[in-house]
Amino acid sequence: MADPVLQIEDLGVRFHLKRGRLTAVDQVSLTVNRSETFGLVGESGSGKTVTARAVMRLVPIPPGEIFQGRVLFDGENVLDKSDAEMRELRGRKIAMVFQEPMSALNPVFTVGNQISDALRTNLGMSKREAKERVIELLNLVGIPSPESRYGNYVHEFSGGMRQRVMLAMALSCNPSFLIADEPTTALDVTIQATILELIQSMTERFHMSLIFITHNLGVVAHTCDTIGVMYASHLVELGTKNEIFANPLHPYTQGLLNSIPRLDTQAKFLTPIKGLVCNMLEPPQGCKFNPRCEHAMDICSQEVPPLKEVAPGHFVACHLHP
Amino acid sequence: MSDYFLEVKNLTKHFPLNNDLISRLGGKTRTLKAVDDISFFIKPGETLGLVGESGCGKSTTARLITRLIEPSSGSIYLKDDDLLSLPPERMLDVRKTVQLVFQDPYSSLNPRKTIMQILSRPLEVHNLAKGWTAKRRHVLHLLRLVGLGVEHADRYPHEFSGGQRQRIAIARALAVSPQLIIGDEPVSALDVSIQAQILNLFRELQQEFNLTYLFIAHDLSVIRHISDRVAVMYVGKIVETGTVETIFENPKHPYTHALLMAVPHADPLKPPPRLTLQGELATPVDPPPGCRLYGRCPIATDICGEVSPELIGRGGEHYVACHNI
Ligand SMILES: Nc1ncnc2c1ncn2[C@@H]1O[C@H](COP(=O)(O)OP(=O)(O)OP(=O)(O)O)[C@@H](O)[C@H]1O
Ligand SMILES: Nc1ncnc2c1ncn2[C@@H]1O[C@H](COP(=O)(O)OP(=O)(O)OP(=O)(O)O)[C@@H](O)[C@H]1O
Ligand code: SF4
Ligand code: SF4
Ligand SMILES: [Mg+2]
Ligand SMILES: [Mg+2]
Repeated sequence: MADPVLQIEDLGVRFHLKRGRLTAVDQVSLTVNRSETFGLVGESGSGKTVTARAVMRLVPIPPGEIFQGRVLFDGENVLDKSDAEMRELRGRKIAMVFQEPMSALNPVFTVGNQISDALRTNLGMSKREAKERVIELLNLVGIPSPESRYGNYVHEFSGGMRQRVMLAMALSCNPSFLIADEPTTALDVTIQATILELIQSMTERFHMSLIFITHNLGVVAHTCDTIGVMYASHLVELGTKNEIFANPLHPYTQGLLNSIPRLDTQAKFLTPIKGLVCNMLEPPQGCKFNPRCEHAMDICSQEVPPLKEVAPGHFVACHLHP
Repeated sequence: MSDYFLEVKNLTKHFPLNNDLISRLGGKTRTLKAVDDISFFIKPGETLGLVGESGCGKSTTARLITRLIEPSSGSIYLKDDDLLSLPPERMLDVRKTVQLVFQDPYSSLNPRKTIMQILSRPLEVHNLAKGWTAKRRHVLHLLRLVGLGVEHADRYPHEFSGGQRQRIAIARALAVSPQLIIGDEPVSALDVSIQAQILNLFRELQQEFNLTYLFIAHDLSVIRHISDRVAVMYVGKIVETGTVETIFENPKHPYTHALLMAVPHADPLKPPPRLTLQGELATPVDPPPGCRLYGRCPIATDICGEVSPELIGRGGEHYVACHNI
């Protein structure tokens, strides 16, 4: 039975900038069930991180504004919660691994002390307990010689190691919901395989739900149950992993799958999606993908296609599939 | 004249770790061997792909070649110039010849400067465009090259998403018409549709200007796509190098095997990624003698724990560092 933990309903987030109003997330609705892994993929700048930050209530306001929608976590709207309630929720239930590890880790404290401080504040551990737990966590995420790395600063870690420190920090309070924003982007594949295995075993062991934001379709193909595809602030396709890979319907999803470099042959040039990234300050009318779409019709530049269920559990927002 | 555009010989970078508790208690300094006696070359107009475990020393190698940090020992030749004994006045030229595109687009762009200012800076430093109009024209051209538009020129880095910022970093490297571009994970932060454009862009620019690339990536499908030859690194050492076909179709080193098995295919019907190596990650901090893969390697023998294997030629341009191949 579906047991929804997170329900995002008609979410809209925009930024008020000097140069105008930028709608970063528009009419996004999605549900993540208990123990489910939801993969969020899509164009860079399409609003994946902002969607995740809205769930964590970490959108900077101002310039940001959550102008519509609800974010229900265990049935309660996080957008109505007080700051104190939110801090409690973030410390104990929802954790996020950020895309930019450098901005989430403090350069002036040692990595060990940062994680152990979080443990002592959120879980009330003693200094010694916290230190032992941190070393255990660093070991768990594959940091070699964790005892001697405990006292290192962030800048003494490589990019990949910083990501693993972030994961250790996120897992430190045993959250029931994890948002991982590009957690393996800077990692090579053997470490990625371990981290993916680690995240998967955590989700199974603790019935943890997960939103996995990534641009690596290989990663999504082997970790996620459900996939949502975003383009220019909209969720344009949603379905089970197998359905999305076997039967992609949105022209952007199709283009995405076609532009992956292959491992078994070497082509001189790839088949990218043509065109520029969408200018989010002056997005095109109608379907935001229309200037890049090979199937664009008259209606595409006039009306935004709504997300419609075209097969059981398979949703797509495209005028080709009315 | 050297046949190589870049040649690196016995390059080594050791970081003393003075800060950590264990060395302070024990009163001795521990050494982090980030890059340990590596040698490789890149021919003009060629792309060498550099792959390897997180923390194995790829970025350190890039930073050594661009002289952002000083090596502990070894030499770096750019064509016939010995970079480590070059007089300071020639270094500005070298800085123009060799450009680095960083791994982390968040920290490499000055948050207080507009994109126009960021991209004008190298033009000013190297005297490439005089006057506001010429600079602006050049900058707009660079933005187009990397798939951005006029409307982006007067915005600040924080207003861009991760992928857009990496495009700006690439535009900045291209600004001075370099000959060697070192890309340190330059496409890792990009989504696939844009990654394909940027990889095509790297190709087009290479053909047009006969550029030489050192391309660092952890995504093996990207390495496969972009490289002519590949070097595989593990904990400060190069363990295997060869043509892209050899590395992907006939890999010999156990670590290269492991890498290829661990790649997630973008196809849920293909087998999931698997890790064929056992045990703990090797550490670059005071590593024990012998092969760095010893302890994790499925085919290790006694000698592997005692003697570090040399990179030995196996015919053609294929080199493998392993006692049991
Ligand atoms: N603090 C901010 N101020 C102004 N604009 C912002 C801010 N944060 C995000 N944006 C804008 O909101 C849009 C969505 O950004 P977001 O970071 O969610 O993209 P993303 O899908 O995570 O992209 P990527 O894959 O590149 O990380 C972008 O156009 C971005 O420029
Ligand atoms: N300034 C420094 N002081 C101490 N150690 C350092 C310093 N810079 C790098 N290191 C260490 O050197 C090793 C190699 O780091 P490097 O950044 O070159 O790795 P990398 O191969 O680029 O990894 P990644 O794929 O994660 O980016 C790591 O163990 C790192 O912690
Ligand atoms: S709605 Fe039109 S422009 Fe948009 S993806 Fe569908 S066919 Fe293309
Ligand atoms: S030298 Fe020994 S330990 Fe190292 S890769 Fe070869 S067999 Fe394995
Ligand atoms: Mg993001
Ligand atoms: Mg690096």
